[in-house]
This record gives sequence, C-alpha cells and structure tokens, in this order.
Amino acid sequence: MKPPPFEHHAPRDLGEALDVLAEVGPRGKVLAGGQSLIPMLNMRLAAPEHLVDINRVESLATLDLAPEGVTVGALARHAQVERLAGHPLLRQALRLVAHPVIRNRGTVVGSLVHADPAAELPAVLALLGGSVRLARLDAAEGVVSREVTAADFFVGSMESAVQPGELAVSAYFPTPPERSGTAFREVARRHGDYALAGVCAVVTLDDDLRITAARVACVSVGPVPVVVDVGGLCERRPASSVDWAGVARAVREVTEPDDDIHASAAYRLHLVGVLAERALKDAARDAAGPWGSSSAGT
Amino acid sequence: MTTRLFGEPVQRREDPRLLTGGGRYLDDLGSGALAAAFVRSPHAHARVRDVDVSAALDVDGLVAIYTWEDLPERVGRPLPLLIPHPALTHGRTAYPLARDVVRHVGEPVVMVVARDRYLAEDACALIEVDYEPLKPVVGIEEAVQGAQLVHEDVPGNVGAHLVQEVPNEAGRSAREAIEASPHTLSFRLDIERSASMPLEGRGVYARWDGSDLRVYTSTQTSTSVRMAVAAALRLPLPHVEVIAPDVGGGFGVKIVHPWPEEILVPWAAMRLGQEVKWTEDRREHFISSAHERGQVQHVRVGFDDDGVVNGLDVTILHDHGAYTPYGIIVPIITSTQLLGPYRIGAYRVEFSAVYTNTVQVTPYRGAGRPQAVFCMERTMDKIARYLGKDRTEVRAANFIRPDEFPYDQGLIFQDGRPLIYDSGDYPEMLRMLKELIGWDDFEPGRHRGIGIGCYVEGTGVGPYEGGHVQITSDGRVHVSTGLTSQGQGHETVFAQIAATELGVPIERISVVTGDTRRFGYAVGTFASRAAVMSGNAIALACRKVREKALRIAADALEADPADLEIADGLVHVVGTPTASIPLSTVAVLANPLRYAFDEEAAKATQFSGISSPDKPPVAEGDEPGLEGRDYYSPIRSTFAAGMHAAIVETDPLTAAIKVLRYAVVHDCGRLINPMIVEGQIHGGVAQGIGGALYERMVYDGHGQLLNASFMDFLMPYVTEIPHIETAHLETPSPLNPLGIKGAGEAGVIPVSAVIAGAIEDAEGIEIDRMPISPSELFDLRNLAPDSRPIT
Repeated sequence: MKPPPFEHHAPRDLGEALDVLAEVGPRGKVLAGGQSLIPMLNMRLAAPEHLVDINRVESLATLDLAPEGVTVGALARHAQVERLAGHPLLRQALRLVAHPVIRNRGTVVGSLVHADPAAELPAVLALLGGSVRLARLDAAEGVVSREVTAADFFVGSMESAVQPGELAVSAYFPTPPERSGTAFREVARRHGDYALAGVCAVVTLDDDLRITAARVACVSVGPVPVVVDVGGLCERRPASSVDWAGVARAVREVTEPDDDIHASAAYRLHLVGVLAERALKDAARDAAGPWGSSSAGT
Repeated sequence: MTTRLFGEPVQRREDPRLLTGGGRYLDDLGSGALAAAFVRSPHAHARVRDVDVSAALDVDGLVAIYTWEDLPERVGRPLPLLIPHPALTHGRTAYPLARDVVRHVGEPVVMVVARDRYLAEDACALIEVDYEPLKPVVGIEEAVQGAQLVHEDVPGNVGAHLVQEVPNEAGRSAREAIEASPHTLSFRLDIERSASMPLEGRGVYARWDGSDLRVYTSTQTSTSVRMAVAAALRLPLPHVEVIAPDVGGGFGVKIVHPWPEEILVPWAAMRLGQEVKWTEDRREHFISSAHERGQVQHVRVGFDDDGVVNGLDVTILHDHGAYTPYGIIVPIITSTQLLGPYRIGAYRVEFSAVYTNTVQVTPYRGAGRPQAVFCMERTMDKIARYLGKDRTEVRAANFIRPDEFPYDQGLIFQDGRPLIYDSGDYPEMLRMLKELIGWDDFEPGRHRGIGIGCYVEGTGVGPYEGGHVQITSDGRVHVSTGLTSQGQGHETVFAQIAATELGVPIERISVVTGDTRRFGYAVGTFASRAAVMSGNAIALACRKVREKALRIAADALEADPADLEIADGLVHVVGTPTASIPLSTVAVLANPLRYAFDEEAAKATQFSGISSPDKPPVAEGDEPGLEGRDYYSPIRSTFAAGMHAAIVETDPLTAAIKVLRYAVVHDCGRLINPMIVEGQIHGGVAQGIGGALYERMVYDGHGQLLNASFMDFLMPYVTEIPHIETAHLETPSPLNPLGIKGAGEAGVIPVSAVIAGAIEDAEGIEIDRMPISPSELFDLRNLAPDSRPIT
C-alpha cells in the first residue's frame, strides 16, 4: 500500500497552481485535504504523474459568510465550516461526515469535486442550488473562471464538471429563504460511514405555518444527488396534515438505488422514503421557529 | 500490605509507554533494512504458467526477485501442518511461494526485495504472472457438492470428517433419544466469516551476521517460530533468536506459524547478507492471512415438556478455506464446546471440514466457540419458544448442578484430553445475570427485545509454560516467560503475581515475554492460556526463589527460615522487625564472588568471612545467584464460564438495530486483576458485536473478496458499542495453584447468540443467520409481513 511514483508540486499562490495544472493537464491531480485521494494512491487505484498540492495557497483558505450565502474556499476544512454559525444545514451535514480527525483535514470543496454519490456535501449543494467556481489559466487571457451550478456540476458517480487544468477555487452555498428550516437524516452502517441512504431537506413556511416550498436531495440512491421538489405535494398544508406517505412515494419514484454489499436496492428505496418524510418533518419543525430545533441523525 | 497485589485492580503498567508512542512494534524496528513485498495471486484458483520479471529489473533500487524455483528444498517445502489429527485425512498446506497452483486470491507468488517498500511495490506492479484460471470453489454449499476441487487429490473437498457421540445414561444414542422424545425440532443455522483483524498486521524483520540469525516477528509464539525457522534454514537452534516486540493485537491469527514471510524474510536476509523487513499492509492482511467462523449447522433436538434436552444431533459443515495449517482445532472446539453449561442426555456431533478457494481458516478469538454457542443457545431459545416457556427456565432445567463437578462431558477436547469441567456454579451465575439485566422486570415492547447466551470455555490448554525469576543485587526482580504478549497486560498481572509471592513492591519488578534470548521453552499465547499457564509457572518459580532467599537470610540472621517473612523487599523475623536483611543483600550473598565491583559486592568476596572455609562456597546441589525456574503443566484445561444478556431496539421503519444494554456475568476463577479482566471482556464483547451486526467477508462467485479494506469491512467503532455492565463470580479452579481460569476470549463467545435472541424477541422473527444487517432485517420483515413481537 505505497503509491506509485509521482511528482509533487507545491505552488505558493493561485497563479502558480493554475500554471502547473495547465501544464500537467490530465496527468495531474489536485491535493487538498487528501482524505480520499491519498488512500486511492496508496491502494494504487489512482496513479497521477503529478500531484498539485494547494495547501500552501493561502488565498484559497477563505470562508465568507454573507446574508445570501456562504462562499467556501478550496482550502476551508470541514471542521472550520462545521463551526460556522449562520448556515445550519452545512453544520447538520458535516456532523454526519466521517470523524473529527478526517474533518480536520478534509475540505468541503474537495468533497464536492470528488463527487461521491454517498457523500453529504454534494447533496447540500444540489438542494440549495449552489455552485462551484472553477479557474484555469488561459494562454491568451490569463486566469479565467466559470461558475458551474450544482445541477451541472455533478456529472456522474465520482465525476464532476472539473476539466483537466481546472481548479475548483470555491463553492457557494445559498442561504435558504426566510422562514425556512433544514434537516439532514441518514442511515449509515456505523457512525460516520457513508450513508446507505440519506436525505437533506429544506422547507419554507408561510405565516400560518403552512408549507409553501419543500425540497429534498437524496444521497446514495443514484449516481448523483437526486433533488426532488415536493412543494406541490404539500399542498400548502401545515406539516401535520401533509400526505407524507404520498411524498415518500414521490421521492421513491424518482430514485434508482443499486445493490451493494451493505444494502439491497429495495432496502435503500424503502429507506429513502422513510428518511425523506423524517427530514421534511424535521425541517418543517425547524422552520416553525424557536420552538422547533434543527436536527441531524438517523 | 503494599505487596499483596493478587486480586487488586492495579493500573496497567505498560499503558503509559504504549499510549505515549513509546511502543516498539515490528515496523518501528529495522529502519535501515531492505524491504520485501509480494506479488499475490489476483485469482482464487489458477495454474501459474509463467512468471516474467523482465520489466521489473529496471526499477532503481531493486535487490532481488524470488519465485518458488529459487527456493532451496527445505525452504520451498509446503509449510508445516502444525496440529495433525487422525480425522484430518486430507490436510493440506501452502508452499511459501506458490509452486504450480494458487488456491485463493492473495496467495504469494513472487517475493521482491528492494531498497524500500515503495520501490518493492513498484517492481511488483511490473512483474507479469501468466495464470491459467481454474474454476474456483466458493462457499460451503459449492464445496460440499464437490463438482470442482480445491485440491486435485482431495475428493469432495473434504479435508476432515469427525463424529463424536455420547450416549445417555441408559445407553441410548442421541438419535434414539431424540426419536423417543415427546418433542423434536430441526433447523439450520448459518454463521458467516470474520477475522481477527489486529490493528497491527503481521511483520517480520531479520538480521544475519554470518553465524547468528535474529528474527523479530509479530507473533503469538516466538519459541515455536524459532524452531520452525531453524529447521527450514538448517541452522543450529542456539544460533537463532526470535523476539516478539510489542505486538499490536493478535486475536489468534498470529498463533499460526511459520507464515511464508517468517521463513522467506530470514532466508533472504541470509542470502543477501543484509537486513530485510516485511510489514504486512491491510489489504494483505485481508487476503493473505486467515479468517474464521464460517459454518452451516444442521440441528435436531429432542426434549420433554420441561424443556430438558434428551438428545441433540448436530451436523456441522465447516469452511476451512484453502489450507489447514492449524489442523482442525476450530471445528473440534465447536463440536465439543457446543454443550456449554448443560448436561445433554445424549449427544452426537459430526463435522466435515471442507476446502474452498478462499483465505485459510485458523482460530480467531473464541475459536469455534461463537458458532458453538450460537447453535446451543438458538436451540434453547427455540425450545422455550416452542413450549411457551421463559428462556432462562429452559436453560436452568438443563444446567449441570454445582455438586456435579468435576463433570465429564464424555468427549475429547482440543488438547486431546477428556472434556471434564473442573468447577463452576451455573445456577448462581444465571441468578446474577437476571438481576443485573433485570430479566424478570423487562417489559417487552414493540421493537424492543431481550436476549441471553450462556457458554463454557475450556481455557489454559497445555502442554506447559515456564517462568524464570531472578533477584539481582540491586534488589530488582526480573521475571521472564516464553509466551508472548499482544496487549493483554502481562507486564502488570505477572508482576502482581511475583509481588504477591515474593513480597516485593511491584515497582521493582520487570517482566519480559516472548524473547527466546530470555526464555527458550514455551508454547504461546492463545486459548485464553497466558495467565493460567505462565501465571502459575511464575508463581511456582517465585516460590523457589523465596525458599532460597529465606534459607540464605536465615543463615545471615541466625534464625529459623520458618520464622521469616518478606515484605517490601525486606526479609525479617516475624515479630522482630529490626532483625532484617534486604533481598538485595540476600542476592549478593547468594552469589559467592572473587571480585568486589562495588561496596555491596564486597560482602560476598572470599575474605569477607561469609562462607565456611570447610565447605565449598556453592553447596552441593545448589546454584549461585538468587533465581528460580519452574514450569506448569496441567493435566487438562480449566473451564471458565459466562452468561450475557442484551436489550436491543430496532427501528420500525429503517430496521436499524441498536444495543441498548449489555450485561455480562463472568467466572474465570480467582481474579488476578479485575480491571484487566473487565478490559478483556469489553474488548471481546466489542468484537462479538462486530461479528453479530457488522463484520463479514463478502466473497463473490469468483472468489474475490469484495470488502478487503476498513472502508467496507465494518468493525464497530466505540460509537457502536454500548456501555458493558459486568459482574464477577469466582469459582476457583482446583487444577492449578493459583485457582485461576482464562479470560482472554470470553467476551466474544456468546454475543451473536445473545443479539440474535434479542432481535428475535423484538421482532418476532426467527433469526437463524448471523451477522444480520438492517438491510437483511428489512428483508426478513418482508418475508414475514404480519410478524409481531411475542408479548
């Protein structure tokens, strides 16, 4: 379990990093937190010739909280974002990500780029309609960047829209609208494991606590996060009188989980409905105000 | 008195060192050694046609590449079959490097030695082995069909077949007794594979200086590795030293020896004239060491209206993997320890150990007992369910009574000796457990259930262990024993024994284990035997030293040895504390000297007047020095016992399974250190919960292990383990001087049975397969849609 040979690059600023990435193209991989990449190297499942280690690029270690959303730089660690007040869903999600030592190193943007269909953060980005900013060095124009929405960013299982030579410099997680609540529910085999199925939800209420908007994003039930708008099914009712069985059914209808060694597809399909209902109810309670509390768990 | 430490919860003396990074594990040694790595078979079953190393020759730093053809005859032989048995008619072991055929994914084919492990692995990746794939045999059912063979010369894939039968008092066979019973039940049980999975894998580091070989290996038996290495490499035994450094867990897998690497690494070191080291990585541990547990059991039982078992007939199919280096110890233990704390009217057990193209099967903590207890305890639960009785009542109706010890079960145990229980009190143990868990007050609710499991564990198997105790002229006590330590706390408990026997403060006592330079005769650390075997041997050696110390002190104090006692390292006359002599001085006096290297030593020199000029300085029959050596060799195993209960809750929708409470009553005879015993129980229960709810080896039909990493092989974290409540019962063993029984494996043994019983109680669905995952519980619910818990 030792990696094959690679060349290690340690750029000091963004320009240098993009320069190296432009040069090595598809032969290079970006190393940030390394919590997925290093095991893959050690198991020789990945063998990039070049590792572009961005840990010294201080301009990427940013975390900007604005009323409309959070912008997370490529070097912001899970643990930093987890401690960030003002964006409850990120915190709810990150508490379910692995273990503290992994969250101390792993990065939010790295997790998005890794695009594991069982990971929590891609689902959060997809649920909130966030985006990822990609930068590259163009021979003619210098540093150019593009903003890719979550819907376009997750291309397939373990496959994101990042092209060779590009660096994901930040991710933007919008704040849910006023009177919204959020929740993340998942079932994992062990505490901190990738979810067998997971659902994050955002619910918006009107002044009479009736549901005006409701969306879920589902984890581990397809190659990319599955976003389902269930606002219509809630029929502008209070949470207590919504046809939750119908909502669960609707979520199950659009997900296509696979079998694996930990759980059958049928179980996952069952689970995603159960978790959608639980997450939506939690989110509605959260939205209802100070007496409802945000929650994360199974 | 400060030195009476036997029975006290003394803090583990090894922990400050181990917890602050002071441990010296195999990979901490030999930083300058060459590194070995192995090309291992990617196929479960294949013929090796050709090995092409040419592409690897260009790797910078490559030192050597070896295949089977390069090995001398003694090195290239099949590895030893360690425990032969008449029923093991078709025992088979692997070659250190595959000769013609590979029989499981992970079997070593080529050895590479390079400047470091990175380069060695680079070279491995460039070696091309031409395989002719053969159809693999995967799973017990496929093995039993015998359509494909793992070994061409083993018909039906059956390596061993053994029947043991005990008639009842009227002379009736089990099958007759079952037929004559008012009630009978038949069912099938399945248990899947798991593995020892020590945090530290295997590893070997060898140094050769032209005449002497020193081998460090992460083993549970350094003395036996030494003999195996000396034999394979044709070296005189005194020229081979084997040392087990700090070992990061064993749990059984490291009792197997010699591993291919334990022969090949020393051989390469000798051949190359350079130090060579190999450290197993986790993937190698998954596919190249050993697994255990996989069995299918067919059970038929006959019983009366009270649930008293008249006859039990069990047929076991035991998956032995590709090879049988450790013999058939595991299925023998299953078939004998199955009887647990019960007096079964008539018993018949039959097992077939079958080969499959998977990693070989050797003992893992519990060693066949978890399967045995699963079988018997599921049987007890099914009888109770059938009769509508409380599960503890049915068990109590079958217990061996306290006045029936020693109790002969009429079988032959794993040590080749009769299965005779030495002592125990099972009714009292059940009473304690029911009280601890609140059995009678438990209110079964929907999706909450309670389970129970009872077991008896033969511990402290022979043939022997020894201890050596030396008191030096600085007053320090040096204890050594040949068996090894893998984290159990031997440095603490053996020192407690020595402190108690000798009257010396524990701070002055040091303990060395597993170093053949210090103690050459030993068997090893397995079968919950270290405390029983070495503990008693050390106590006996201490008694010899004590006797000698009292004799010398009596001379010096002009007193009768019978009037002397030792406390705090001081020998004094009882009732006259001023008339005393320190053990350090006694040690000086015990060794007549010519040269005074310090003031203390001067007391023992020729002109000190210490010895009579009319007698030889060392009396006839005596030896210089204050030391003693003794051995303990028991007539047979001593039988510990335990009973566990758990309360489990299942999620009505997600089928998640949560252990709410876990209670253990445990009897390992006299406790040397209750805290260490509890630690052993906690670790064992954690492993048991792993085996019940999380761990399995997922082979596909091609014999590929699909979860060969800690990502997918799910060992429980601390977050999955509930608080474990324990209570001790002490029924001393009459077989050994200290009255102790083994405790190492205990915790793991009944857990699958307990959890299965609790889930069954919560769900009202029969649980006949373990482990069980939420996904599987979901499937079972769907098969029994109107199931409801028994209320």
